[in-house]
Amino acid sequence: MEITRPAIAGTLESSDAQVTVEPGNGKIDFTLESSVINQYGNQIKKVIMDTLKNLEVDNVKITVIDKGALDCTIKARVEGAVYRSNVQTENIPWGGAVRS
Amino acid sequence: MINAVGRDIPEEIIEMTGKEVFQGVHYRDGYTYKKDGPNTKCVINNQGSKLVENIHEVLVKCGIKDGMTLGFHHHFREGDYIVNMVMKEVHDMGIKDITICASSLGKAHDPIVPYIEDGTITNIQSSGVRGKIGDAISHGKLKGLAIMRSHGGRVRAIESGETRIDIAFIGTPTCDDYGNCRGIGGKSNCGVLSYAMVDGNYADKVVAITDTLVPFPNFPAHISMTNVDYVVEVDAIGDPNKIATGAAKPTTDMRKLMMADYCTEFVVNTPYFKDGFSYQTGVGGASIASTISLAKIMKERNVRMRFGVGGLTKPMCDLLINDQVDCLLDTQDFDLAAVESVKNLKHFRISAGEYADPFNKGAVVNKLDFVILAALEVDVHFNCNVVVGSDGMITGAQGGHPDTAAGAKCTIVIAPLLQGRIPAICTDVTTVTTPGESIDVVITDYGIAINPARQDLIECMKDVNLPFKTIEELRDIAYSMSGEPEKVQFGDRVVGIIESRDGTIMDVVREVKDFTFAE
Repeated sequence: MEITRPAIAGTLESSDAQVTVEPGNGKIDFTLESSVINQYGNQIKKVIMDTLKNLEVDNVKITVIDKGALDCTIKARVEGAVYRSNVQTENIPWGGAVRS
Repeated sequence: MINAVGRDIPEEIIEMTGKEVFQGVHYRDGYTYKKDGPNTKCVINNQGSKLVENIHEVLVKCGIKDGMTLGFHHHFREGDYIVNMVMKEVHDMGIKDITICASSLGKAHDPIVPYIEDGTITNIQSSGVRGKIGDAISHGKLKGLAIMRSHGGRVRAIESGETRIDIAFIGTPTCDDYGNCRGIGGKSNCGVLSYAMVDGNYADKVVAITDTLVPFPNFPAHISMTNVDYVVEVDAIGDPNKIATGAAKPTTDMRKLMMADYCTEFVVNTPYFKDGFSYQTGVGGASIASTISLAKIMKERNVRMRFGVGGLTKPMCDLLINDQVDCLLDTQDFDLAAVESVKNLKHFRISAGEYADPFNKGAVVNKLDFVILAALEVDVHFNCNVVVGSDGMITGAQGGHPDTAAGAKCTIVIAPLLQGRIPAICTDVTTVTTPGESIDVVITDYGIAINPARQDLIECMKDVNLPFKTIEELRDIAYSMSGEPEKVQFGDRVVGIIESRDGTIMDVVREVKDFTFAE
């Protein structure tokens, strides 16, 4: 998918993550701030990269502020931000690009 | 050298401190030693007053100099003004290399961080630290080693002469001009002065600092004039709003209430729950809730408590008001109800030594049936961590955790399985503060694990309807939700040691490294 405009999903509440996507410059530009970065930084990065791959996003500036969210939450927030960027709020491909 | 909780204590730390590594909770039972004593400057003249104009003058009179050790207590909790007030003056006088020996330090003391950075303060001994001081120590800014010791361990260190306090500063809610200190009354009422009593007995110079000077004699004194060299009156010794808060509203968090119910159900099914039992609990939401639900069952079954210990809060003091306990033994007051309760004739003040010191002829903790504690982390060996955050930063305090855990016949730790994403039950705690041999039961919202060393407890819970699991099962449930945490990336430098209550080394704390992604 193309990231055509900036979009945001999630909050800064405990156990949530706020994900912002913006049009990239030809690659995945990844920034992470996390309250659990020392223990889960690599895992969070992996979940985000896997999710972007499922969504076929490879040109994006993605910024994640994580407040100790579980993997499922992080994944959902990334998907939410990407689909919002495409103004797609219906016909979400459940079980397709959006899958566990 | 590997110690009894499996931690590798570097040889250079053993050499530098002259300490042994931890060898088990009862390793030094029966140890015999001669207690230290203070250098005492006699007052025979009858000129009356020990009042000194200000902090600066009193530092001069006490002969403040480089390298001294200064004692402080933490009864004013996050409302304390004393440490900052004294250290600012020490700093302004250009004194260096100070060791702070405090019963605890908190966020209220963030302003002393610049004095750590500029070498005014080079060593810290405390139950723990929070906020920016913890950050500074974990980032290697303290020149010497931070020593974290329990409340009992601090008394031991001072009584044995391992730590000699040159000048103790005792913030006291009321005081007369001859140094009789009371924790009761005044503007900064904290109820008791338990942690400062050892300072009064063992420091070479003792300075009472008060904002409420009262006529002589301020009796019955909690710390006697016979131990006090000087008295200083200042405008304010603390912020009353942060010393004793209004009683915390009982928690409505279903998760905590459920754990409290599990805890009470466990307690009442042990053989220790009978007329005349003894009990201590912490101040966490679940601990307080379990006191409330226990009180209810005590009433239903007509079981009476002999004594309660603390760290007191309203629900414990309510037991006294409702005549469900014979007496309370008090080392610290966390809310206004507890401060008020000190006036009750069956509410006894005790010193930190009477409470928890392993190096006297027997402390109160040894007589405890139950203690209900919290923990940041518990591992599959039942070792607990209450000092170092899962991110490697020093952010808590031992308090009486290892003391009460060692003493009580049944030590229960309540911890939600996940704190945010951080699993409370893990394979290895970041830092060991309380050894697993002292921990009998761990209660989480996903189940209860009994230490396999306590087959007797496992046996008596056979027919009890509670969700029992092994500690490994609890860890696995936690990891299945959060993922297995990676080990924190530490630097090589040891910045602090976790001292066991008997003075041996339980664990070391290393400098934190900034996180970098794996390639």
